[in-house]
Amino acid sequence: MRAVLRTFGEVSITLGLVLLMFCAYLLWGTTAYTEQHQEMLQRELTQETTITGDGKLDSIELGRALAMIRIPRLGVDYKYAIVEGIDAEHLRQGPGHYPGTALPGEVGNFVVSGHRTTYAAPFNRIGELRPGDEVIIDAREARYTYRVTSKKIVYPTQVDVIEPVPEHPGKRPKQALLTLSTCHPEYSARQRLIVYGVLNATHERRT
Amino acid sequence: MYGFIWRKLPGGTTLRLCATLVLIAVITALLWYVVFPWAEHHIPLDRVTVG
Repeated sequence: MRAVLRTFGEVSITLGLVLLMFCAYLLWGTTAYTEQHQEMLQRELTQETTITGDGKLDSIELGRALAMIRIPRLGVDYKYAIVEGIDAEHLRQGPGHYPGTALPGEVGNFVVSGHRTTYAAPFNRIGELRPGDEVIIDAREARYTYRVTSKKIVYPTQVDVIEPVPEHPGKRPKQALLTLSTCHPEYSARQRLIVYGVLNATHERRT
Repeated sequence: MYGFIWRKLPGGTTLRLCATLVLIAVITALLWYVVFPWAEHHIPLDRVTVG
């Protein structure tokens, strides 16, 4: 009986330690993974100034770096390479662009999702954004500056936030809009935090 | 459990201590690089997309 109790106690303590380690992994292990991939994606962006393929922007492949996102409100050093795709494998590398939604600067809705608590948590603090704040998208061909218009909290089932005109399915877009999404509340998958923006300025890159 | 493992390890105290450290390192690495990434994929902790 004593041996059984002792073994039970030892197993419990071990499982507790493993769980603690798992939390450490979620916070730091996943961040290391993202940082490693961000380095590669950012290099991809800075090295390839010319557009490969047929020159059309809509031919970005899944997993490729699309543009750099900068948000001055979250710090001068705040920058992440946006990856094309929103599957788990893409979002682990950085904020992901919904394939099929508008490209940076394009009329329609440019939708980007990012992790809030794990994998370097790029969108951890987007809840601090206020109307008027700049969200800068540095694409290969130009710098697009969006301004935050509003934010809201929705349930994951509300898919119309990624429509060309958010919340108005089927309506034809007239503006270049931006939608950022992440999970809400922090450490939960219950809801989504949405930040809307509109294109304010475009600066073409001189070649 | 730990007593049982300790008794199963060969050699004297020093050798056992070394073997224990190696065991801990191997198990930690296995958890960190194999088990945790797998588990993380199956826990809806940080879902960010809609739909």
